[in-house]
Amino acid sequence: MLSRVADSIYWMSRYIERAENVARFIDVNYSLMLGAAADTNQQWAALIYTTGDQELFSSLYGEPSRDAVLRFLMLDERNPNSIYSCARAARENARSVRESITAPMWERMNRFYLSTRAAAETDSCLGEPTGFCDEVKLASHALVGLTNTTMSHGEAWHFARLGRLLECADKTSRIVDVQYYHLLPAATDVGSPLDLVRWNALLKSTSALTMYRRVHGQITQEKVADFLILNRDFPRAMRFCVTHAQESVCEITGSRPGTFRCRSEQLAGRMRADMDYTGIDEVIAEGLHEYIDRFQARLNEIGASLQADFFAVVTDAEQQQGRQTQG
Amino acid sequence: MRYTSTGYDETFDAQGDPRPACREFLHTLENMGADELARRQASAELQLQNAGITFNVYGHQAGVEKVWPFDIMPRVLGGDEWSRIDAGLRQRVTALNLFIDDVYNDQRIVKDGVVPEELLQTSTAFRPEMRGFSPTHKAWCHINGVDLVRGDDGQVYVLEDNLRCPSGVSYVLENREVMKRSFPRVFDGVSIAPIEEYPERLLETLLGCAPKRTHSPLAVVLTPGVYNSAYFEHTFLAQQMGVELVQGSDLVVVDDAVLMRTTQGLHRVDVIYRRIDDDFLDPECFRPDSCLGVRGLMRAYRAGNVTLANAPGTGVADDKAVYAYVPDIIRYYLSEDAILSNVPTYLCSDPTQRDHVLANLDKLVVKPTNESGGYGILMGPTASEEERRACGERVRANPRNYIAQPMLTLSTVPTLVDGGLQPRHVDLRPFVLAGESVYVMPGGLTRVALVEGSMVVNSSQGGGSKDTWVLKP
Repeated sequence: MLSRVADSIYWMSRYIERAENVARFIDVNYSLMLGAAADTNQQWAALIYTTGDQELFSSLYGEPSRDAVLRFLMLDERNPNSIYSCARAARENARSVRESITAPMWERMNRFYLSTRAAAETDSCLGEPTGFCDEVKLASHALVGLTNTTMSHGEAWHFARLGRLLECADKTSRIVDVQYYHLLPAATDVGSPLDLVRWNALLKSTSALTMYRRVHGQITQEKVADFLILNRDFPRAMRFCVTHAQESVCEITGSRPGTFRCRSEQLAGRMRADMDYTGIDEVIAEGLHEYIDRFQARLNEIGASLQADFFAVVTDAEQQQGRQTQG
Repeated sequence: MRYTSTGYDETFDAQGDPRPACREFLHTLENMGADELARRQASAELQLQNAGITFNVYGHQAGVEKVWPFDIMPRVLGGDEWSRIDAGLRQRVTALNLFIDDVYNDQRIVKDGVVPEELLQTSTAFRPEMRGFSPTHKAWCHINGVDLVRGDDGQVYVLEDNLRCPSGVSYVLENREVMKRSFPRVFDGVSIAPIEEYPERLLETLLGCAPKRTHSPLAVVLTPGVYNSAYFEHTFLAQQMGVELVQGSDLVVVDDAVLMRTTQGLHRVDVIYRRIDDDFLDPECFRPDSCLGVRGLMRAYRAGNVTLANAPGTGVADDKAVYAYVPDIIRYYLSEDAILSNVPTYLCSDPTQRDHVLANLDKLVVKPTNESGGYGILMGPTASEEERRACGERVRANPRNYIAQPMLTLSTVPTLVDGGLQPRHVDLRPFVLAGESVYVMPGGLTRVALVEGSMVVNSSQGGGSKDTWVLKP
């Protein structure tokens, strides 16, 4: 397939996944705040840290408040990671490869964008974000479903899945990082009485509560970390995402298992093998934050090598010139 | 339903009775109220919006996307009448294709004194770079749109030929689709010639004209990008044919072969359905400032390594001054009289005709010879004194660039306006494919001027569209 098309499909599904994650974070945080009048601004600020856009936020709004955070994350077109911006970017990418995705996918994407744009024009979702967030989650689920059921599971599909999984791995790692920082302010606090409501919320914000309960039952910090970082079967766990992303890279190149032809494959394979044989005790010994920092850096490296291996194919004569990328 | 049209109406005759081809569907409509029609119209519009069936308008902001305007009252053509139009279109496109091949090679038609040499030399669409070249099967204009209108007298005329990159066929297919989904009942009891095979026929035409070197040719659609006015159509056709939609930057020419950049490396391309004007195709050959095209593409083309559809240089035959000679061109190459008539045309390059035009600017339509999309046209009878004066000056300064035609009163079709049916003027653009053989899509794009009394049907200037039925004879 065309490099430009692969690039756009990859980013299309990344942006959709990003929008869904932001919607889940907002939704859970909002319900956490209901009936908890005190100390709320700090909690809303944590949300900005989760998406990593604190600098842009403070330059636009200054101090975090409920309304400012909601507007910034949901509707603000100046924030490239707001739900509205993600919907628009996903649609623009889809529009540029409309011939390569299926008609039901395009139509669902277009409707998602149109309803988000309508919301941005009226502001009405700021008062009660729940309905809006539900719609975003539903649109994302519908798109994943349509991608799986209407598109051949060939190269383009693998690029779509790759984009979604790398985005999901990144977002799960961020929310684990930020929430652990809040829940366990100092290393010495490990083992202190649990703030159950918050741990619940963390699991909920990654749609993990039900599955966690089935696997581990009672909530303990270590098991929550184990579940979200290293679980093999839970689709939002960081390891699950890396495992399946690595599979997609191999499907795209056609390499035999355990071999590699390009940098992306090498990096993804190494990361997968690493996570397959890591225990949560080692993660905690290294320091959760340190481990996640390293995880994110490795994801970024994979993203950069996908660019070089697949999205920016050049002739020998062009080798010296650089080519533009999205971000 | 109260409905009266002042001119020729496609649906009702002068006595207000349904024309034979329209009886069946009007019968279905009789039992429906105006609010039912309005509901169906709204449902069709919502469908178009959700499906993102849009076009871009230039001018204000770069590439503003607009939802495709559609009216649910269909335009119906009888099977017998269509057979005649079909034959006329085949004849016309065949002759024009022979004309183009001749013009770039022996120029017999000039030597035999049928078309003046000057006409070609002064045509801005003539490409000297193509002299001595002849594409596969001598097929130059693979994809054609011929604009037809019906006048007061009920006769169908050819208004202009579009032999470069005619747009609109995707909307023909989508209009039918939207009609079937939003207004299924209206199809009760009618038998309509199918149009759905167009993408298959287009692919067949393109692959059939591939360079002979290969047995399994690869075709692509080349688009200027998402901001082009017809971007929707480019994606639609690529998707329907199952070929890649490429931009100039996706292609690169190495050793006179065209390659595309894929995730598995560079791949050879054999046929390019290009939706980029000649001028922008190749900065090395035409406009050096073009960043839409592909450097070296014309070298690859002239070396016979890639087919371009349509071929560069076809514009010489849809130049509006050449249009006046088309009946002679048909007679010259095919020894037949033209089946479809031209609109009477005055060439401003001829001093006598020019004087007539300048003296009658208030009665005529003056058109630039080398523009499309309705740009630069003077509608004499409705223009202001100042507009006519400015037009007169332009004609005097550059007479070769203008032709004039009498102001036609286009036929009307009932159209849903403010909850009721009102007559609105329409034209028709049928599509003709010409590769190894000729295919005429039954019907075509009916464009409708939504403003009362207006004859301007271009979608870029507020025109709408209708589903167009050709009944089986």
